[in-house]
Amino acid sequence: MFNTALRNPAPVRPSSPRRSTLTRNQKPGWLVPAIGAAAVVVGAALAALFGFSVALWAVLAAVVFLIAAPVAVTAVEGPRNGADSLMTYLVYTAFVLAVIPLISVVWTVLANGLPGLTSNLLLTSMNGVTGATDNAAAAGESPVLGGAYHAIVGTVSITFWATLLSVPIGLLTAIYLVEYSKGGWLGKSITFFVDVMTGIPSIVAGLFAAALFGLLLGPSTRFGFVAAVALTVLMIPTVVKNTEEMLKIVPNELREAAYALGVRKWRTILKVVIPTAISGIASGVTLAIARVIGETAPLLVTAGFATAINWNSFSGWMTTLPTFIYYQIMTPTSPTSPDPSQQRAWAAALILILIVMLLNLVARLVARAFAPKTAGR
Amino acid sequence: MSTTVTARKTASGGRAGDSIFSGLSLGAGVLILAVLAAVALFLFLQALPTFQAPAEDVSGGAGFWSYIWPMVIGTVVAAVIALVIATPIGVLVALYISHYAPARIAKPVGYVIDLLAAIPSVIYGAWGTTVLASSMVPFYAWLSGNLGFIPFFAGPPSQTGKTMLTAGVVLAIMILPIITAMSRELFVQTPKLHEEAALALGATRWEMIRMTVLPFARPGIVSAVMLALGRALGETMAVALVLSSGPLTTSLVQSGNQTIAAEIALNFPEAYGLRLSELIAAGLILFVITLVVNMIARAIVARYKEFSGAN
Repeated sequence: MFNTALRNPAPVRPSSPRRSTLTRNQKPGWLVPAIGAAAVVVGAALAALFGFSVALWAVLAAVVFLIAAPVAVTAVEGPRNGADSLMTYLVYTAFVLAVIPLISVVWTVLANGLPGLTSNLLLTSMNGVTGATDNAAAAGESPVLGGAYHAIVGTVSITFWATLLSVPIGLLTAIYLVEYSKGGWLGKSITFFVDVMTGIPSIVAGLFAAALFGLLLGPSTRFGFVAAVALTVLMIPTVVKNTEEMLKIVPNELREAAYALGVRKWRTILKVVIPTAISGIASGVTLAIARVIGETAPLLVTAGFATAINWNSFSGWMTTLPTFIYYQIMTPTSPTSPDPSQQRAWAAALILILIVMLLNLVARLVARAFAPKTAGR
Repeated sequence: MSTTVTARKTASGGRAGDSIFSGLSLGAGVLILAVLAAVALFLFLQALPTFQAPAEDVSGGAGFWSYIWPMVIGTVVAAVIALVIATPIGVLVALYISHYAPARIAKPVGYVIDLLAAIPSVIYGAWGTTVLASSMVPFYAWLSGNLGFIPFFAGPPSQTGKTMLTAGVVLAIMILPIITAMSRELFVQTPKLHEEAALALGATRWEMIRMTVLPFARPGIVSAVMLALGRALGETMAVALVLSSGPLTTSLVQSGNQTIAAEIALNFPEAYGLRLSELIAAGLILFVITLVVNMIARAIVARYKEFSGAN
């Protein structure tokens, strides 16, 4: 298709004195900005027809621009450049569309969460906070009492147990896949099923843990460790995949050098391979923690819901930050004045987002600061 | 070189260490397979009473299949809405990062997209129910007013905006980063020589992308979309918080419909006896659906890996 239409050769006609032959078939620089300005005006007019709102104005202006600009470019430069400009503007539009919700989410959490971020929220639980307390707070007779301390405790202990269970299993599996399996059928099927496990819906993982402990200890068995088992199912594939990637990029020369010195395989792995890859492994584990710390659905079906502080993962119901947010929004402590509950929920959401972002940042810094030396040869 | 010294000291010993260590790592691998089998087995065992129970004892009074059927449809509809919105935008954003944005912007944007993926689903759900739902209300009123003859937009529209369409939009926002991240990985791996050859022949940027980048990445995009579909099918909190559920309806701008995951999350905490078993059976169905979708996606990836040169 190239041979037919390489920059349409200009038809023979006397060139205007103002435009050089080199730029004759190119759109002047002012064309697209002018169309943009016109689109804004036309968009405002159209929006006024339908009942004006800023969102409608923006949408209509964008639509007008997306139609008008490529048509204008086509008229000046031909259909190929017209299609090119259409795609360019579509790509930019898509980017803006993708960024708007992110900004909106972050803004909502910040605007609603910051007022609630008090020492009460961080240091007290919901124990003894009733609808009457919230009604008083909503009427302005007392500050908003009650907080998310018990949820933070629950998040920390459940995540701790999930990490403790999944990291050794995930690490050893990755070691098996990279160092021992040598592409055998078992290794292949483990790789395949780890991939499949990545796609398990989180609620199904929760149901699994609930079903398992339900069979062992009777139906509706709920305590922190059950939730930790559910999160382990979700966390293992992430740990395996990340660790596998990291072990794979450890240069073979290091292993061969160790073997040549007569070191046994297990010592080579423990003393040479893992120390080389440890930064990547650590950052992978951190990312896995960041992924499961925000899980809500599995905790709803495994950990129950508590209002008091409970450090014991092996007995009694527990609340984590995500389930705290969920219940505060769905079933406000005081049904008649849900505002204090909303405030606590958004403040807890802010804490949760901060924790997740911090974990992501730490993972990145760890990976960058101690990146394994890949220059093996 | 302390590593070498300690290693040499014990090099002669440790035969037992070798077999213990390889045994341990083999055991961990087998354990993972066992866990996956256990997930299926325990769900099946706990779901069994539902399949055996007389039809009138199951919720809805007409047997398990007629109980689960509307929710399977609801789950698929929500996921399809999400995919229809997120696929084009996700791919275009990936193109923006890989081929349109200046290098100094592309990197932070990629990081921001990763962060979008890291935000917990409950926060998207909370945002969807407080911010998005209410701002969709005028849009739904307009849809049912002007396009109401299409059954999907039949009125009267919801006054709270907590509809299937809103849930689908929230799901779309949640799966967008998956599609973008995976597509971007592939787009940047397009052989530079192909791109430069196309440009040298006089192709515009879009023609270059259409002729070199997209064919190269097509199987990867398909599998990214399938993985995103798996995520959308299993996503719970966004739907549980955003959708005001009800029986199956065709209209997407009224409240109604339900997805499997949200049904489980909303009812499990109070469930006991046969109801518990019903919900676990629903979970089993969801597990099978996502398993099939994921296996297809992985098979596509494996099928094209050797041709794509992506490794």
